[in-house]
Amino acid sequence: MSELLLKVRDLMIEGRSDETWNPIINGCSFDLNKGEVLGMIGESGAGKSTVGLAAMGFTRDGCRISGGTVEFDGIDLVNASAAVKRGLLGKRIAYVAQSAAASFNPAHRLIDQHTEGPVQHGVMPREESQEDAMELYRRLRLPNPEEIGFRYPHQVSGGQLQRAMTAMAMACRPDLIIFDEPTTALDVTTQIEVLASIRDIVEQFNTAAIYITHDLAVVAQMADKIKVLLKGDEVEEADTRTMLSDPQEEYTKSLWAVRSFQRPTKPAVPADAVPVVSVKNVSAAYGKVPVLFDVSFDIHAGRTVAVVGESGSGKSTAARCITGLLPPTSGVIEFDGEPIPADYRSRTKMQLRQAQMIYQMADTALNPRKTIGEIIGRPVQFYMGLTGSAKRKRVDELLNEIELEPSQYFHRLPSELSGGQKQRVGIARALAAEPKFIICDEVTSALDQLVAEGILKLLAKLQDELGLSYMFITHDLATVRSIADEVVVMKDGRVVEAGPKKEMFTPPHHAYTDLLLSSVPEMDPDWLTNLLDARGVDNIGDAAVGKM
Amino acid sequence: MSTWLSILIAFPVMAGVAWVFRFAGRSATSNKPFFRDMPFGVAFGYVVAAVAILLAFKIYFVDQVLFFRWAMQGLIIFTVSAFLFRLLGRLVGTAGSRKLFRSMPLTAAFGVMIVLAYAILAIFAPVFAPYGEEQVFAAANTLPGSDPATGGDPAHLLGTDQIGRDLMSRLIYGARNTVGIAFATTCLAFFIGGSLGFLAATIGGWLDQVLSRAVDVLMAIPALIFALLLMTIASAWSVKLGIPLTIFMILIIAIIDSTRVYRLARAVGVNIVVMDYIEAAKLRGEGLTYLIFREILPNATAPLLAEFGLRFCFVFLTIASLSFLGVGIQPPLADWGTMVRDLAQFINFAQFSPLTAALPILAAGAIALLTVAVNFIVDWMLQKSSGLKE
Repeated sequence: MSELLLKVRDLMIEGRSDETWNPIINGCSFDLNKGEVLGMIGESGAGKSTVGLAAMGFTRDGCRISGGTVEFDGIDLVNASAAVKRGLLGKRIAYVAQSAAASFNPAHRLIDQHTEGPVQHGVMPREESQEDAMELYRRLRLPNPEEIGFRYPHQVSGGQLQRAMTAMAMACRPDLIIFDEPTTALDVTTQIEVLASIRDIVEQFNTAAIYITHDLAVVAQMADKIKVLLKGDEVEEADTRTMLSDPQEEYTKSLWAVRSFQRPTKPAVPADAVPVVSVKNVSAAYGKVPVLFDVSFDIHAGRTVAVVGESGSGKSTAARCITGLLPPTSGVIEFDGEPIPADYRSRTKMQLRQAQMIYQMADTALNPRKTIGEIIGRPVQFYMGLTGSAKRKRVDELLNEIELEPSQYFHRLPSELSGGQKQRVGIARALAAEPKFIICDEVTSALDQLVAEGILKLLAKLQDELGLSYMFITHDLATVRSIADEVVVMKDGRVVEAGPKKEMFTPPHHAYTDLLLSSVPEMDPDWLTNLLDARGVDNIGDAAVGKM
Repeated sequence: MSTWLSILIAFPVMAGVAWVFRFAGRSATSNKPFFRDMPFGVAFGYVVAAVAILLAFKIYFVDQVLFFRWAMQGLIIFTVSAFLFRLLGRLVGTAGSRKLFRSMPLTAAFGVMIVLAYAILAIFAPVFAPYGEEQVFAAANTLPGSDPATGGDPAHLLGTDQIGRDLMSRLIYGARNTVGIAFATTCLAFFIGGSLGFLAATIGGWLDQVLSRAVDVLMAIPALIFALLLMTIASAWSVKLGIPLTIFMILIIAIIDSTRVYRLARAVGVNIVVMDYIEAAKLRGEGLTYLIFREILPNATAPLLAEFGLRFCFVFLTIASLSFLGVGIQPPLADWGTMVRDLAQFINFAQFSPLTAALPILAAGAIALLTVAVNFIVDWMLQKSSGLKE
């Protein structure tokens, strides 16, 4: 059973930038036995994916392995010839990428892409491989396993694609599979299905796996042992239970502690208070397709209302109705008790100033050709009419507010900032308009946990100082727990349940809220097993939703 | 038939040599990855390249083909001068320009050098040209080479044309007319096409439909024939209204070429308009001018600049073609396209007097050189701007 499969020793990887080679990984060592799962965690830029790829003897363009050994079943992968690697990759070592949607070739059917590997490697003929694909689809609990392979990638949902890709990785029954963040892009409810399928199939075929993720709770479910990386250095490695209960290093402890941030509960809003923003019986449609049905909720001064639900539930559409980008087909939006025009083009500058927005992807929310000073300075000039040194002074104030040193950041371009810093600039731009109300659209979901925590703390601080109201759109219930005052749960364009956070997190729940809550991975390594037992193995996810 | 036979035999021989080359490389370097992972096709490529270089040496030194020798000498001279030019740029100038030259590939240095040379030549044409553009001499049809024994004239280095104008002067003035008009035309085409394209991308809806379909209609007509047709109409108007035909030519080519710019600007614009920062600007209440020129344009400069280089060459060639056909730049203005047409028959003398035959090639070569130079610069800019995005 404990037969050594992969031996990595002192792996060093360098990347080329500005004509010089800079170290990316400074010596990484681990062993992997047959049938064992190694979880690799760390924030982005820690080198998780680079190590994962190097375990296949592969480096990205502009990188090279500068030292150490990678030995797979006695074969030295660092010095192996291209021909030897061609024989191994896909056949004995397989890779599952983060975004299945971007990794499948959209011009070919799933099953054709599935059978390519086995046929090329001469493992089995095409017909047999097709039969086998259907069998794998069945084991991965994809709907209509006989038929789904004959679809094109765009005809299948994201979670199903991710499972189809896992099936594809299993096609040659490899000894080792590298999973690179396979569930990061998925909703919690879908994530469970994929996690359960991956765990089952890895167990069934006694496959070894390296599971790369930044989500600790996920890795706790999947891995036998966990390795923590930080900026290319090993932090520590231990078996899952030890690691969770007794982390040794400071950094690991701080990772573990992230989820503890919690705001005190605020007193109830007085009954006669006029809400800052009030959404009343709003319905909306994209063209002829209705997406929102009779949605109503209020946001009071100094409060955070979290809107949760899976993708496609209408959270962002509701935000678009409030900003006026999508005029509702019926219902009204009120600011301070006054109805305002449905279309943003007919709103006054004052009304536009009141509601600001912070976006999920800071990369696309900041103009890459403008400096930070210009980005934050524009609303200052546009709304407040400040120019010259008065404008500069205000921008410096705002930069101080978001905890970035003005002299250092004023002239930088967004590309010279980290993800968390970009998101802070997005916040500063919203603050520059001196609004009453800010819509935060999944502001932390693209960030690492430590960075995300920093952003949440900043938002909380600003709320206390400036009395802002937030509409906080998210699918991450951990975030909701830490920052929200009130929660609105949405599904299929309808509000399923709404109320103060405390009520929402104590039973009894609405069936859908219950499903959402129970799908959030916990740090307990037995959580997934227990949950699947509780739900009954065959009716995870879809079935549970169907019951409500 | 024996040529074909030798080519037929050469291929298996080269294939054999390629195999031996790879095998020898593997043995000699004890299986270094460079030789170990070399596919056979790559090895074959190395051998073919070696054979081509050998052939070039044979044509140069043994067969002594004159035009090939000129081309090779030109290549070496340009390479060396580009290298020296870059060296100069690295040593002289402000800190910014020195840094620019340090990161510059040789091809880009060549492009910058040629474009600068053309610009200086065009601006200071009266200083460089030995005679006036329209000056007519008694000695018509003198041959180049300034040797009276072969029908040349020491006063006219490149000889004179059929009505006795100095060809050297005409060539230099041609830079002014042809390049100047092409530059003005391209700028106009970019102004029209760019603003309409971004407008269509930002507003969308029916405006986009109307503009795009109108552009489709214009693009459906072959450009050169359409230009010819319009130029014929314009020549009547130009007489009636007293406006020079050149103005009409600039307008006509600018409008025809702006359709291509429109397509590009719209395609690039549509991708930028969906970005969140545009949405943020719209929600701020920004006007259309700000959106287009301050938010969209800075992000579209790279593709537009690349297109500018290419478009400039096409406009240049269109003007030359129109002049060659007789409806472009009108005499007595000197123009390279017209010069190629007037001197074209000399190419028949290539076997007897290579120098005379080179006359039309000089004008054509001037066009080709600028086209290549501009494209080298554009390639470099593209590489730079795409590198910035990473």
